Amino acid sequence: MAAPIAPASASGAAVPLVEMTDIDKSFPGVRALAKARFELLPGEVHALMGENGAGKSTLMKILSGVYTRDAGIVLLNGQPVDITSPRQAQDLGVGIIHQELALMRDLTAAQNIFIGREPRRFGILDERQLNRDAAAIFASMNLKLEPTVRVETLTIAKQQMVEIAKALSYRSRVLIMDEPTAALNDAEIAELFAIINRLKAEGVGIVYISHKMDEIKRISDRVTIMRDGEYVGTVPGADTPIETIISMMVGRTLSSDTLVIPNTADAPIALEVKNLNRGREIRDVSFSVRKGEILGFAGLMGAGRTEVARAIFGADRREGGDIWVHGKRVGISSPKDAVEAGIGYLSEDRKHFGLATGLDVRNNIALASLQRFTGPAGVLDEAGMQKEAVGYIRQLAIKTPSDTQEARLLSGGNQQKVVIAKWLLRDCDILIFDEPTRGIDVGAKSEIYKLLNALAAEGKAIIVISSELPEVLRLSHRIAVMCEGRLTGILPGGASQEEIMRLATLRQSSVIESAPQRKMA
Amino acid sequence: MTDTAAPAVKTGPRISGAFHRLLAFSGLIALVVAFSLASPNFMQTQNILAILQATSVNGVLAIAATLVIITGGIDLSVGTLMTFCAVIAGVILTYWGLPLPVGIVGAILAGTACGLVSGTIIAKMKVPPFIATLGMMLILKGLSLVISGTKPIYFNDTPGFNQIALGSAVGSVFPAVPLPNGVLVLFAVALVAAFVLSKTALGRYTFALGSNEEAVRLSGVNIDRWKIAVYAVTGAICGVAGLLIASRLNSAQPALGQGYELDAIAAVVIGGTSLSGGRGTVVGTLIGALIISVLANGLRILSVPQEWQTVVTGTIIILAVYADILRRRAL
Repeated sequence: MAAPIAPASASGAAVPLVEMTDIDKSFPGVRALAKARFELLPGEVHALMGENGAGKSTLMKILSGVYTRDAGIVLLNGQPVDITSPRQAQDLGVGIIHQELALMRDLTAAQNIFIGREPRRFGILDERQLNRDAAAIFASMNLKLEPTVRVETLTIAKQQMVEIAKALSYRSRVLIMDEPTAALNDAEIAELFAIINRLKAEGVGIVYISHKMDEIKRISDRVTIMRDGEYVGTVPGADTPIETIISMMVGRTLSSDTLVIPNTADAPIALEVKNLNRGREIRDVSFSVRKGEILGFAGLMGAGRTEVARAIFGADRREGGDIWVHGKRVGISSPKDAVEAGIGYLSEDRKHFGLATGLDVRNNIALASLQRFTGPAGVLDEAGMQKEAVGYIRQLAIKTPSDTQEARLLSGGNQQKVVIAKWLLRDCDILIFDEPTRGIDVGAKSEIYKLLNALAAEGKAIIVISSELPEVLRLSHRIAVMCEGRLTGILPGGASQEEIMRLATLRQSSVIESAPQRKMA
Repeated sequence: MTDTAAPAVKTGPRISGAFHRLLAFSGLIALVVAFSLASPNFMQTQNILAILQATSVNGVLAIAATLVIITGGIDLSVGTLMTFCAVIAGVILTYWGLPLPVGIVGAILAGTACGLVSGTIIAKMKVPPFIATLGMMLILKGLSLVISGTKPIYFNDTPGFNQIALGSAVGSVFPAVPLPNGVLVLFAVALVAAFVLSKTALGRYTFALGSNEEAVRLSGVNIDRWKIAVYAVTGAICGVAGLLIASRLNSAQPALGQGYELDAIAAVVIGGTSLSGGRGTVVGTLIGALIISVLANGLRILSVPQEWQTVVTGTIIILAVYADILRRRAL
């Protein structure tokens, strides 16, 4: 497995475009890469795979000058290089499509594509030339898009196409695509693959990062697998079984800890949402969750899952729709109302919304229940808070030296548990988890999964929003799938990835006829 | 590519952006009409010229602030920097007795240099703009007092100096329209600033920085350099404002200046520039500055006490921003 396998498209003697060896990179408190390596040949599509936190993006950010490496060697065309800035990477012919959309929302599509390289005449920006150049790139991509449209007004899918157009405009020899299809539908993906094949024929080397196995099988010549910041191996893309790749990714075969699905079909309904609406983001979404049930929410980026959660929680104003909790209609117009109704929301961005990082663990746990600990003179009952906090630290196995440790010093998984404790203390029995394992390492992940199962077994109603299909499949009793603000279907827990993807890319026009029964009795 | 997605709101915000400018503009027209009806003295040539003259200093400062605010930053030092530049002009012209052009160039260079310092503190030392320019505001206030020995510096020895703001090049050709030079300077600064914003790389990066700084950095642009450049240009424009106010008062008043930054920021905000960056126009800022001085002038003509004028201005600021929020919500 160690020896790289020559790709079909290039002879074994070709000088690699990229050779990275023994790359180390640490961030404060985290070792992101340890002796990582990677090789890219001309005309090759080389997939880079691994679980979240395996170090794929970090490795590619080093190659594209966003981060600098701590140690190791980077060769471009056989020459050692020291890439210290994105600009230098561009000059060396390395382009990247970032996973998080790196666009300037207030500028037009054309202005975004050529930022930093605007055509000028006598020092003055030549806007006509700019738009012409952008239009030419769009035409080469078969993309119908006005160069002068402001990026802010585009759908996430179109924004992603702008990002791809930008990367193409650099005419890079090495093109890194970090989850380029996260928001694209099948037709758009096919278009992207046509572009990739054209670039390949021109000898461009493409690094393809994706979680989608079928894409990897379709497009890649070789696959390099990483785990916990380390190089695991490189295998040919087409004829390596998916199971092999997965077991290399996780370092063990997944099976033992899949969910035992208890029967929740006759449990009472805890939360029912009817005809939820909010502009273009949420269109007529209805569903229900029973006590003891985990309802997964799947969909592409921008499908409206987080928006639904925020609207239920009262964080965003909803324009229409009713919310029923334990059979009673509740008027929720703010997070305060939601919490009082027993709904807790664990946001996808813990640092910003879920956790007061400057406070200690005890205060974070008590934050939503301070009234309970407020004595007659308005003085806080620290002893009572400590007792509860220590209780939850034990119950949820939060790894912290004490309840007075600052929350920001905890690892991602333990921070997540602190937020869970906060809602449990507040007696929330409907919990909405938005990307509960984002940025959490593999070991902590399965602990969070176990915790979610335990909470469900206790009778909590749980909604889990996740962009990782395996996670949704592993956790959910039922799976709700969204596309462009609509709920396109609710599938049983054992559904196939293909079925979910079909619903996740179901466009508006076809929804009405083909959506399965949406109201759950 | 299939396009069933959302052709819906294609040009929405652009229309709405124009709508906001239109809102500010119609607000201005409404004020002018209201004051004209309320008092026959309002719509006199003399009074209109006085309003424009009164707008010139705040207008120039507001344009300076606009640039920085579009980057998502803020400059609290524009007021005291203006005074500092006026004092520098005083030093060059009165203390050293050098010729007028040297004084003009010197004041503008002083402004540019201070802008460079602010920009460097913000871009390189990563001090938040609010803090960095708050510090600069106090530093420059103090330096103005130290350099001048806390006394005004008069320009009696430089005869042409008061012509910068008070003379009328237009009036010497068309005696019926004695438009003060200060107003011409304001328009010139506005034209140049609008040109820079829409036609040059500096302008493009100004919007881009306010829109998504990280994205600009990832695009390989040296964001520190451009950020410093924006603050430097803002400083240079403050130098122009310093010359205007010194010329109008025929003196550099070292104690003046603090408080001007708030009027400038008010004009920017009323003009529809977003304090969170990424959007804004010079025309909007001009309209905002005019609204403030029309209000002050009109209320004075109606004999409303000066204390109430600031209450009205404050209310207008809040209403203007609220209108913008309503527009966004409707989007």
